[in-house]
Amino acid sequence: MLIGKSKKIPSSEMTPENVYINRREFIGKSAAIGASTSLGWRSSDFGGLRERRFLQKDWSKVRSELDEELTPFGDVTSYNNFYEFGTGKSDPARNSHSLKPRPWTIEVGGLCDNPGTYDLADFIKPGKIEDRVYRMRCVEAWSMVIPWQGFSLKNVIDRAKPSGSARFVEFQTLNDVEQMPGQRYGVLRWPYIEGLRLDEAQHPLTMLVTGVYGTTLPNQNGAPIRLIVPWKYGFKGIKSIVSMRFLEQMPTNTWKRSASQEYGFYANVNPDVPHPRWSQARERRIGEFRRRPTLMFNGYADEVASLYSGMDLRIHY
Amino acid sequence: MTDSTFGLQSKKRLRLIFLRFFIWFAGMTPAVWLVWRLLTDQLGANPIEEVLHRLGDVSLVFLLVTLSITPLRGITGWNEVIKIRRPLGLFGFFYLTMHFLTYAVLDQTLDFEFIIEDVLERPYITIGFTAWVLLIPLAVTSTKGWIRRLGKRWKNLHRLAYLATTLGVAHFYWQVKADTYWPTLAALLIVGLMVYRIRGNRSGSWPQVLQSRKH
Repeated sequence: MLIGKSKKIPSSEMTPENVYINRREFIGKSAAIGASTSLGWRSSDFGGLRERRFLQKDWSKVRSELDEELTPFGDVTSYNNFYEFGTGKSDPARNSHSLKPRPWTIEVGGLCDNPGTYDLADFIKPGKIEDRVYRMRCVEAWSMVIPWQGFSLKNVIDRAKPSGSARFVEFQTLNDVEQMPGQRYGVLRWPYIEGLRLDEAQHPLTMLVTGVYGTTLPNQNGAPIRLIVPWKYGFKGIKSIVSMRFLEQMPTNTWKRSASQEYGFYANVNPDVPHPRWSQARERRIGEFRRRPTLMFNGYADEVASLYSGMDLRIHY
Repeated sequence: MTDSTFGLQSKKRLRLIFLRFFIWFAGMTPAVWLVWRLLTDQLGANPIEEVLHRLGDVSLVFLLVTLSITPLRGITGWNEVIKIRRPLGLFGFFYLTMHFLTYAVLDQTLDFEFIIEDVLERPYITIGFTAWVLLIPLAVTSTKGWIRRLGKRWKNLHRLAYLATTLGVAHFYWQVKADTYWPTLAALLIVGLMVYRIRGNRSGSWPQVLQSRKH
C-alpha cells in the first residue's frame, strides 16, 4: 500500500530498488516511534534531534536515479521559503508551530462534474502514497534533492472529472492569520495562489506531497499537503493547500501578481532565461560549495519538454 | 598648567580611550559573531549566502552610522563624537570588502566569466560593485597625511561617501524579492541624512551651524 507503484509512471522517475529495501527496514523502525505515513500528524515533537539523526542515518545511503546525493533532512526542514511564516529562510521552521494541519479540509470546485469538500484523508484516497526523489530548484538559484512521499495529482483530477471547458487548475493556500502570522504583513497578496495548465497538472511527474523522508510533512514544508512540480521553480509548489478549482482562464499566481516582469505563470526551470536581476545559468546545491550548471527543465526535459513545443520560453517564462 | 585644567585633560583623554575601545568593540563584534557561528555550525543550510548577506547588512549599517555622525554632532553639540567617524567608516569599508570577497571567492569561486557578467549585466550588482570601488580612494586617503596633502579637496572627495552609501542602499533594495521593510528603512535614513546635510550647507559651514544651534 505504502510502496505501491503505478505502471503509468516512467521508470526514469521511479524510486530505485534500494530505496524500497531501505524503506521496509525504515517502516519497521518507524512504527516503534510512531512515524508512519498513516496520516497521524505530530507536529509538536517533530523537531526532536534524536528523530532527526535517525532519519538522516536511515536515508543517507539513498540516492536518486541520477546518483545525486540527498539533501540532509535538517536542511530540507530548516531552509524554507514560506512567507506565511516570515520572509527569512529560518522563519518557517521557527514560526510554523501555530499551523494546525489536522483536521484539514480541501475544497474541489470550478469547472468539473464532481466537485466536493473533502477531509484530507478522503481527499487523498484516489492516490497511492509512494516515494519519489525529486530535484527542487528555487528561483533564487539554490537547489536540493528531496525524497518526497505522495502521489500524482492526476489521481484527484480524474475523480473531479473536469469539464471540457476547463483548461487550468488553480490552488490556494490556507488564509488564516491566526495560524499563519506572516499573513499580517502585506509582502504578498494573501492567500497564496498558484496554478497549472491542465495538461501540466495531469503530467505523471506532478505530485501532491504528504510526506518527506518517510515522515509526515512538517509544517514548514507545507503540511498537510502541498504541490511539487519538479521541472518548475519551487514557488510553483504551493503549500498547505485548501482549495483546488478548474478554470477556463489562466489564473494569476501570487508571484506573477507581485512582479510580473520577474515571475511568470509557467516558471519552468530554464538556464537560458535569466531572472531580470540574476542569472539562472547555475545554482548552488545545498551542501555543495561550487555552483553547478542548471539543467533545462531541471533535468526533466525528456519527460516534459513536449508540453511546451512551439512556445517561446523567453516570452512564456 | 593648573591642577584643574590637567584634570580636565586627563578626563578628556580617558573619554577618548573609552571611545576608541568602544569603536573597536563595535567594529569587531560582527566579525567575531560570524566566525563564532561558522565554527559552531550555526550558519544554516546555505552558509555562503548567510555570510554574504550578513556582511552586506553590517557594512551598510556602519556606513549609515558613519554618515549620521556629523548630524549627531550638529544636533547634540557633542564635538568629540567626530573622532569616531573615521574608524566607523573604515569598518564599513572593511565589511564591504569582505562582502565583495565573499561574493567573488566563496559564492562565485572566482569564475571571472560569471563575475564580469554579473557586474556588467545585473544592475543591482553593478551599483553594489560601484559603491565598493568609490569607497577605495576614500579608505586610502583617510590617513592624517592624506588629509593634510589634499586640504580642501579632501572634504569634497569624501562627500563620495554619500553617493556610495546611497548606491549601497539601492543595491540592498533591489535584491530583495518582496519584503522591502529594512531596505525602505535604510532608504529613509539616507534621504533624511542628505536633506539634513543640504539644509546645513545652505545656511553656512558647519561651525556656524553649531554656533547658531548653541544660542
